[in-house]
Amino acid sequence: MATITLDNVRHAYAARPRGPEDWALKGIDLVWADGGAYALLGPSGCGKTTLLNIISGLVRPTEGRVLFDDADLTDVPTDRRHIAQVFQFPVVYDTMTVHANLAFPLRNRGVPPSEIERTVRDIARMLDLEGELERRASRLTADAKQKISLGRGLVRSDVNVIMFDEPLTVIDPHVKWQLRSKLKELHQRTRRTMIYVTHDQTEALTFADKVVVMHEGMVVQTGSPVELFERPRHTFVGHFIGSPGMNVLPCRLENGAAYIGAERVEIENPPARALDAKRLEIGVRPEFVTLAETGLPVGIVRVSDAGRYRIVEARLGESRIKLLADDGATIPASKAFVRFDPAHSRLYADDRLVE
Amino acid sequence: MDARIENQKGWLLVLPALALVALNAVIPLMAVVNYSVQETFSSNLFFFEGVKWFEQVLHSERFHAALARQLAFCAIILAIEVPLGVAIALAMPRRGPWVSVCLVLMALPLLIPWNVVGAMWNIFALPDVGMLGRTLKNLGIDYNYTQQPLAAWATMIAMDVWHWTSLVVLLAYAGLSAIPDAYYQAARIDGASSWAIFRYVQLPKMRRVLTIAVLLRFMDSFNIYTEVLALTGGGPGNATTLLSIDLVKIALGQFDLGPAAAMSLIYFLIILLLSWVFYTVITRGEEAR
Repeated sequence: MATITLDNVRHAYAARPRGPEDWALKGIDLVWADGGAYALLGPSGCGKTTLLNIISGLVRPTEGRVLFDDADLTDVPTDRRHIAQVFQFPVVYDTMTVHANLAFPLRNRGVPPSEIERTVRDIARMLDLEGELERRASRLTADAKQKISLGRGLVRSDVNVIMFDEPLTVIDPHVKWQLRSKLKELHQRTRRTMIYVTHDQTEALTFADKVVVMHEGMVVQTGSPVELFERPRHTFVGHFIGSPGMNVLPCRLENGAAYIGAERVEIENPPARALDAKRLEIGVRPEFVTLAETGLPVGIVRVSDAGRYRIVEARLGESRIKLLADDGATIPASKAFVRFDPAHSRLYADDRLVE
Repeated sequence: MDARIENQKGWLLVLPALALVALNAVIPLMAVVNYSVQETFSSNLFFFEGVKWFEQVLHSERFHAALARQLAFCAIILAIEVPLGVAIALAMPRRGPWVSVCLVLMALPLLIPWNVVGAMWNIFALPDVGMLGRTLKNLGIDYNYTQQPLAAWATMIAMDVWHWTSLVVLLAYAGLSAIPDAYYQAARIDGASSWAIFRYVQLPKMRRVLTIAVLLRFMDSFNIYTEVLALTGGGPGNATTLLSIDLVKIALGQFDLGPAAAMSLIYFLIILLLSWVFYTVITRGEEAR
């Protein structure tokens, strides 16, 4: 049980990193509070697995420190960090029974047999594996195997954090949600710190209380699922979370007011001072764009049905914009006007939210 | 109907392969079957003898002795080569420039023609001129493989271990390389010792390749002929006369085609039977899952 702190962690896989592209992680400062349910979300290659391996000690960071509470564990090997990890592909000891698999970490640590027996039973009950205890682990389904991997972490009382590296990759879609809610339930029961790495926003947002979004080796935002949706601090977060993603439209500033083309757009965060940015954009989610009598002139390009609502794709000057329209709403054939909700339209300078 | 006719055409496609197998396996084998039930005289006279040769071979002490030597040889080289091969594979580097160096070094003995291996060891181990024989003599060890049965066996086994352990190494190494890193990471996280990692991760994952290694080594060592012939010629006396050497002595030395053919078939059936037993025993655990 510990608070885990990453103190200015940088990592490069190349021996002598030259440019910024050589750095897989470009300066990460994060604090993982004890008992939290975290998700580490980002596209493939953003550095999230590297970050995970740095916490678990499988990778030593090129620079920076890893602290568990106040102890600097940067150079301490994996087996002395008291962590557990569930991998992308189920890792079970094929020749052992489920029982022996769950007991394995305890046996290796010299725990007395009576205590092993009690703990294994407890955890098996929690994971709904009681009936399978005497079966060979290799004969189980992928989701049961993932539960065993998780169980090997849960049996240990000394575990500081349980990490999941895209654990549902090989799980059938119809059992994914079961396993996901099981995870959530287990977190609430055990109150262990859990870090869940994924590129799937649904998995991240349903599991975690706090989501860390990574992009190109950097943490672009840390926040609750609602914060990420309502107030993305980086255009990448806007794109990556939500479906369809946030509209990002080039704009310009005149006397502190934002304009798209000739139209003035009200924004939630007018800059307090002059901005020194190469690129200015307004970000607004399709949920907060509405068709109106007046406003920004657009040309409707396509309307697609998404069930409860329709996604309208339109041309606004040089760029494209998406908005959501109710099922009953009438949508003009070609020319229309749209309005942005001022409370949810924000100015981004070089991809970062202006604050 | 049409589909059926079309399906029959498939036979045409396997015909070349069938003809090839018939020519190089079935027809010779049938010729041997034919010999095994007949008495041969000169000028190509044949008489049907039934199972007489089989009975003779199965009751001959000479056959029993050769078979016992053969089985002992297989058991010894398997007991040495499999663990040794696995140990070497475990010690080999998994990454980096040394991998190819090790692999090439390991592959070298396998590339040498079998009779050359025999000839090499023959000279290498000669008591007075060979490097090994001379060294042993200088160390005060009484060693002469051309006269002492024990020394002949030791040399024969050393030669086979030198020649074929690499095969086990390469197979075991392939098995080890196929284990995903996650297994090692998980084992480290679970606090497993190196022995536990070997016992519960590496060994189970190598099971299939080791099955193949054991089968290949068993069949090849049960068939061994060339190297031993070049090394000892079956001597001293009959000390290293394994089944294959005995068989050739009967067939070509004495020209007893009938008994030799019967012996060949028995030989073949033993290999088939033992391979099947090995295979079932080794894979039984897997099927039980």
